[in-house]
Amino acid sequence: MLKIENLHVRVAGKEILKGISLEVRAGEMHAIMGPNGAGKSTLGNVLAGREGYEVTQGTVEYNGSNLLELEPEERAAEGVFLAFQYPVEIPGVNNTYFLRTALNAQRKRRGEAELDSMQFLKRVREKLAVLQLKDELLHRGVNEGFSGGEKKRNEIFQMALLEPNLAILDETDSGLDIDALKMVADGVNAMRAPQRAFLVITHYQRLLDYIVPDFVHVLADGRIVESGDKTLAHKLEEHGYAWIAERKLAGAA
Amino acid sequence: MASALLESLLDEDALRAAEAGVPAAAAAARHASAHAVLRDGLPRARDEAWKYTSLRALEQRRYANGDVDVATRAVDAGAFKLPGIDGARLVFVNGAFRADLSTLPVLDGLVTSFADDGAASLPLARDRDADSAESRAEAFVRLNVALAGPGLVLRVAAGVHIDEPVHLVFAGAAAEADVAWQLRALIEIGAGASLRLIEHHVAASANAHLGNLVAHYALAAGARLDLVQIQDAAAATTLIRRNGFRIDSDAMLSMHTIEAGAQTMRHDLCVDLAGRGARFVSRGVFALRGRQHADTHLVVTHAARDTASDIAWRGVADQRARGVFHGAITVAKGADGADAQLSNKNLLLSPQAEIDTQPALEIYADEVKAAHGATVGQLDERALFYLRSRGIPLDIARRVLVGAFCNAMFADLAPTPLRAHLEALLATRLPQAGAAA
Repeated sequence: MLKIENLHVRVAGKEILKGISLEVRAGEMHAIMGPNGAGKSTLGNVLAGREGYEVTQGTVEYNGSNLLELEPEERAAEGVFLAFQYPVEIPGVNNTYFLRTALNAQRKRRGEAELDSMQFLKRVREKLAVLQLKDELLHRGVNEGFSGGEKKRNEIFQMALLEPNLAILDETDSGLDIDALKMVADGVNAMRAPQRAFLVITHYQRLLDYIVPDFVHVLADGRIVESGDKTLAHKLEEHGYAWIAERKLAGAA
Repeated sequence: MASALLESLLDEDALRAAEAGVPAAAAAARHASAHAVLRDGLPRARDEAWKYTSLRALEQRRYANGDVDVATRAVDAGAFKLPGIDGARLVFVNGAFRADLSTLPVLDGLVTSFADDGAASLPLARDRDADSAESRAEAFVRLNVALAGPGLVLRVAAGVHIDEPVHLVFAGAAAEADVAWQLRALIEIGAGASLRLIEHHVAASANAHLGNLVAHYALAAGARLDLVQIQDAAAATTLIRRNGFRIDSDAMLSMHTIEAGAQTMRHDLCVDLAGRGARFVSRGVFALRGRQHADTHLVVTHAARDTASDIAWRGVADQRARGVFHGAITVAKGADGADAQLSNKNLLLSPQAEIDTQPALEIYADEVKAAHGATVGQLDERALFYLRSRGIPLDIARRVLVGAFCNAMFADLAPTPLRAHLEALLATRLPQAGAAA
């Protein structure tokens, strides 16, 4: 589904990603872990198409075509979804209007029929229940006045509604209490499917107790320095990121 | 040497006609004003209040002095109908009252009349204009005093509540020549009374007229005025408006303003918080494109204790448009306990657009709460990316964000068909989906 090869990315003149290669197949759950400043969020943003991220080398193939050529809205319609680390508050843009506009814009681009408001609301109600979000949030501005936990749950709710093929979760666990963390994990697990892949970016191993990954990759200083199965996350938790740095140094020497 | 504009309007015949048949004091006021404007001409860029609005092009134009055939101008009521507004309606076409298009109010305690002796019938107006018309910067007030025809007078008796909005329509209609019209209005709201009023500028047909409206409002103690101003004049017009307000103790003025039309627009808002506990709330938006020029000039004086002003305006300029916002608040000596809030936020949607904003606050009293701020910026890239990342195309995302930015100024209006109309009107002035970004 997603094939990243030797990806180099520069942000504000500084090289952040220094040659990442990663392959994600349909149905897989990949976790990207790493210390602060390793480039984890950069990876999520560059895949979603944010401006200001300059790809200087390498390729990203998504379902056989060049993902980097697509506008952010085209990527969304093709099934790429980024759950933001810091969801943006947009006062004055009604949440329901926003979601319906987004969903129907995606459907239109895919040549599917747009949903009328009855069909749309039915779908919304189903998904809200999973995340235990209140109806009332729909009538507010996008993320306006949401608590930190509500914002993160709202991201997962949007994901559930938009049903992407490739979901990238950028530190969705940060700032969540244990109850909210479980709700988020339930929302993600409910969406695991053979045709869908996940890239879960996180700083802590905690989330991975609830969302069990097939693969864990450690990102440090713009490179994937270690890949393994879910046990790698536990090793990291035990030894800390310094352990990776030491191993890297040993490898270099 | 007078400009082409003033020559075309203030010839001997026009001056004689304006001074004929009015009381001596009015004739004297007209005479003095006409000669003052002929002597001093129009404001220049070096007049501080006109720093950002050049009148050089206007000066070179000639206009017919009023529209002699105004009674027969075809005007379709569809041009000014507002959803949900079906009460009293006073329609002025090219500055002249058209009874056939109007529905005069038949409400106890609301009196409508037309003072046919121009300036002098409006005592409040005369007092204020005598002060303000002393400088060249007030050339349009001078012109108005010199030439205005029968003025509108609206009076609400003490204690009377007029809940159904009174709709004032100022329609421009094409004529054989471009017309300059002058109109005065005096609106008085008695003690403890209230009025809802809509000031609505529209195009009945494409025209390039010059409109000059001077309105004076007096709110007696405990009165309330809810004023909605919708300026959607024809694209080629020049529109000059001065709204003066005197607000007595515990009276309240709440206004919402949209500036969307006209080629060149100047709007002076002079608010005098004259009595203890007087309050003023203003929300406004200008949405400009093409080569539109809109200059909003707000001057608020806190003259009494415990007065409050709360002003928030937003501006959007696209293409080569230019917006100007001047917001000056003075808290006079002795106006202790005043609360003055002024915010002006603007969005530039094109590299060729320009917005100049000048908030100014002068405080001479004690225990004053005051805040003012102004920004000019671009659309929030983070919000834009957020919308796009969910599949919303760039052009729609931009429209959604600019619309939300503007509509925030109407958030405190009840969700009526009128509010929906304001939002829909603004939407027609924002970058269109499908247009090049």
